[in-house]
Amino acid sequence: MQVTITLNGKPYTAEATPDTQLLTFLRDAGCKSVKCGCETSGCGLCTVHMDGKSVLSCSVLAAQAAGHTITTMEGLQEQAAEFGAFLADEGGEQCGFCSPGFIMNVLAMINELDCDASDEEIREYLAGNLCRCTGYQSQLRAIRKYLAAKGGKAE
Amino acid sequence: MKYVSQAVRKVDAMSLVTGKPVYTGDMVPSNTLMVKILRSPHAHALVEEINTTAAMKVPGVVAIFTHQDVPQNRFTTAGQTYPEPSPYDRLILDKRVRCVGDPVALIAAETEAAATKAMGLIKVKYQVLEPLLDFTKAKDNEILVHPEEDFKALCPVGADNKRNLCSTSFTENGDVEAELAKCPVVLERTFNTKANNQAMMEPFVTFSYLDEYSRLTLVSSTQVPFHVRRILANALGMSKANIRVIKPRIGGGFGAKQSAVSEVYPAFVTMKTGRPACLCFTRQESQANGSPRHQMQVNVRLGADADGTIRALDVHALSNAGAYGEHGPTTVGLVGTKSISLYGKLNASRFTTEVVYSNTMGAGAYRGYGATQGLFAVESTVNELAAQLGMDPCEIRMKNMVKQGQQFAMYYGETCTSNTLDKCMETAKHMMNWDEKYPKKVLDNGHIRSVGVAMAMQGSGISGVDVGSVEIRLNDDGFYTLLVGCTDMGTGCDTILTQMAAECLDCEMENIAVRGVDTDQSPYDCGSYASSTTYITGMAVVKACQALREKILQQGAKMMNVPVDTVEFDGKRVFVPGTEQQVSLSNIGYTSFEGSGNYLSVCESHSSPVSPPPMMVGMVEIDLDPQTGKVELVDYVAVVDCGTVINQNLARVQTEGGLVQGIGMTLYEDIQYTQKGRMLNDSFLQYRIPTRLEAGTIRVAFESSYEQTGPFGAKSIGELVINTPAPAIVNAIYNATGVAFHSLPVKPEHVAMALLQKEQ
Repeated sequence: MQVTITLNGKPYTAEATPDTQLLTFLRDAGCKSVKCGCETSGCGLCTVHMDGKSVLSCSVLAAQAAGHTITTMEGLQEQAAEFGAFLADEGGEQCGFCSPGFIMNVLAMINELDCDASDEEIREYLAGNLCRCTGYQSQLRAIRKYLAAKGGKAE
Repeated sequence: MKYVSQAVRKVDAMSLVTGKPVYTGDMVPSNTLMVKILRSPHAHALVEEINTTAAMKVPGVVAIFTHQDVPQNRFTTAGQTYPEPSPYDRLILDKRVRCVGDPVALIAAETEAAATKAMGLIKVKYQVLEPLLDFTKAKDNEILVHPEEDFKALCPVGADNKRNLCSTSFTENGDVEAELAKCPVVLERTFNTKANNQAMMEPFVTFSYLDEYSRLTLVSSTQVPFHVRRILANALGMSKANIRVIKPRIGGGFGAKQSAVSEVYPAFVTMKTGRPACLCFTRQESQANGSPRHQMQVNVRLGADADGTIRALDVHALSNAGAYGEHGPTTVGLVGTKSISLYGKLNASRFTTEVVYSNTMGAGAYRGYGATQGLFAVESTVNELAAQLGMDPCEIRMKNMVKQGQQFAMYYGETCTSNTLDKCMETAKHMMNWDEKYPKKVLDNGHIRSVGVAMAMQGSGISGVDVGSVEIRLNDDGFYTLLVGCTDMGTGCDTILTQMAAECLDCEMENIAVRGVDTDQSPYDCGSYASSTTYITGMAVVKACQALREKILQQGAKMMNVPVDTVEFDGKRVFVPGTEQQVSLSNIGYTSFEGSGNYLSVCESHSSPVSPPPMMVGMVEIDLDPQTGKVELVDYVAVVDCGTVINQNLARVQTEGGLVQGIGMTLYEDIQYTQKGRMLNDSFLQYRIPTRLEAGTIRVAFESSYEQTGPFGAKSIGELVINTPAPAIVNAIYNATGVAFHSLPVKPEHVAMALLQKEQ
């Protein structure tokens, strides 16, 4: 079947089978920032925005996304770089394989949580984003500094 | 210093955080065959017949290969310096399958969907054999995992496939039995650790193609590109000269990718079909057929004086290689060397090992590489000694720890040349407020807050074996190219090596273009493992930059027509001090590109006769709920002596990340098998690695020594940091409950049941 989505601001149409995951659909569309880390919706690496909210693209069928607005990191380069610079300054990207999914969720989070969100609220929001390199501490430091720079609570 | 010891951003950071397509799986060319592996459902069986007729009819299927199609050269996938200590015990596809998931057939198809569909249509007739699943019964069992006659051990590691032995060893200093007999206090304990998966976020992935010279080219997520070249030559029976291996960015390795887990299969398909081929492991495959930490049973006998002076240590390690022997003989070696050597007042020590085959997933290298298991055992025993003598576990360590200048008890005859363990302990105690918190406090809600401690050491490269090389070139306009053969797997070695080069050459980091790794272009490096990169390859950078500085001085002097001993180089120009005479680096660069100059390029390699251990103290505060047995991390303090810290950020993040992996190993990560040998925990749902909710708060401090043999005084850090959580957390649980756990992981049900039993 033909599936049409709005991908990073532009209409995009491609062939998909009924069981094509949005994850595969997006990678085939050239959005290589979307990573596959598991098959069980358990790692957060494939996080993208569907109509502005975070979804796991492994848990959405391409057919279900038809007609919706999908944003990947390819479409949020400036925002990714802005927060990413804070992450990089903490060394919190390490191997970087989980970074796109994690950052997509951080960018969704800042639309939902206040800048003075507690560490616990932040951890809770991002609990589904696994990282095996960093032990998460540097990511929290980066988020706190980013939020502080955006005018929220100081770190 | 301008760059060394600074918190410099990683040179590849911005491409990673903006999601650029820089990993193996992002670069697969079109027209690539997708490879799938049909895996054995049986832990032990002989493949009697494979019928591929129906599978071959699936549209898009190009080829299916079985054990009848592959070269009959046994090889190892262990990424180690030749001759590898790991036995040559595997074929690409074997008639005998030795664990659930062992490859039975390779399917190559135009699409992954076609390959998967065909996989389901292959009919295999197995002669199912009784599996050997309990590694403690493996030695001299009548079931043989490797009965084959062409099993081959290149090194005298004590392998005997007719006894299920992958290796054996014996080392003794002094007379342990006599010393133990003299000791008024003797403890004997047995510890059990499970296999652990590295669970790097990027699963194993490789693609291969024939390049424009018809040479086999691999792009792979590997820590060991040069070893992979040799492994492929062995497996495929082809010349190394016809193989090229490229490593792009890697999504984590932690030792998993120190074995060629995925490489040989697509390479074989490409050689057979002439087509590009790609194999991307699923998470399930990465979990169930990767290269995890060796499951071990470690027996410790410790003898001490009544005042707590430790006089004798006797460590025996039984290690489960699983189906194949990758890293079997070598991982086990660290169990004793990296634990016994922490103690400086021993009169005798002994370390014996047996590594056995069984019909479980083949193990490999995982951060810590045996030291982790050994330190859990020995440090836990020391904690129990302290408890038995009514001593503070910090105090007993201050009394016994190895001191700088001493010869290590069991460390290849090496001397402890740089060590601030005592300072690490003092700082950790201060940071944790240990004296106040030890041993425990009962909170109003009934939870118990308690603290625990452990020490650890690791190595810095493999003495006399590891080789690191770099090439540095001066280009026109005065910028440099730094070619490295070591593999940045997210750890940041491209960055820290650039930091060191910039420091040595008095230039900006932006003036150095770093590049790695392509075995056709990069200088040889054994790869990134054994905590070698900073210490070994870093020294190669220092040597290469010194040599290049000499060449720059010579070229500058020649251009000014003055003797070389009258000139100096300040990073931007070569000049004659006290005069106006100077020539810019840019100009030297341009001149070296034209007929009147010499192209300025240096390749230097480094190897070290010693492996100076980084040291650390880990202290943990836990919150234990006696009702449920749940243990939560409140605070973890790590004080590390890795010599000079080259990059404050990266060393800190290495520490934090290693600790959380260690916390996972201690409390959550639990590989279990069914009675028929199928792994139950082959997904992230069942194999729980810590999320950010479980990591707690971690605080890291450095107490740097200065290691004379390291670049800028540096030692290693990568592996060391995974070692303290298990013994420290188990110590804290003991301090909370009075129950000493000897098996990992310690899960809430274990704690709750133990408390219940204690009450009764």
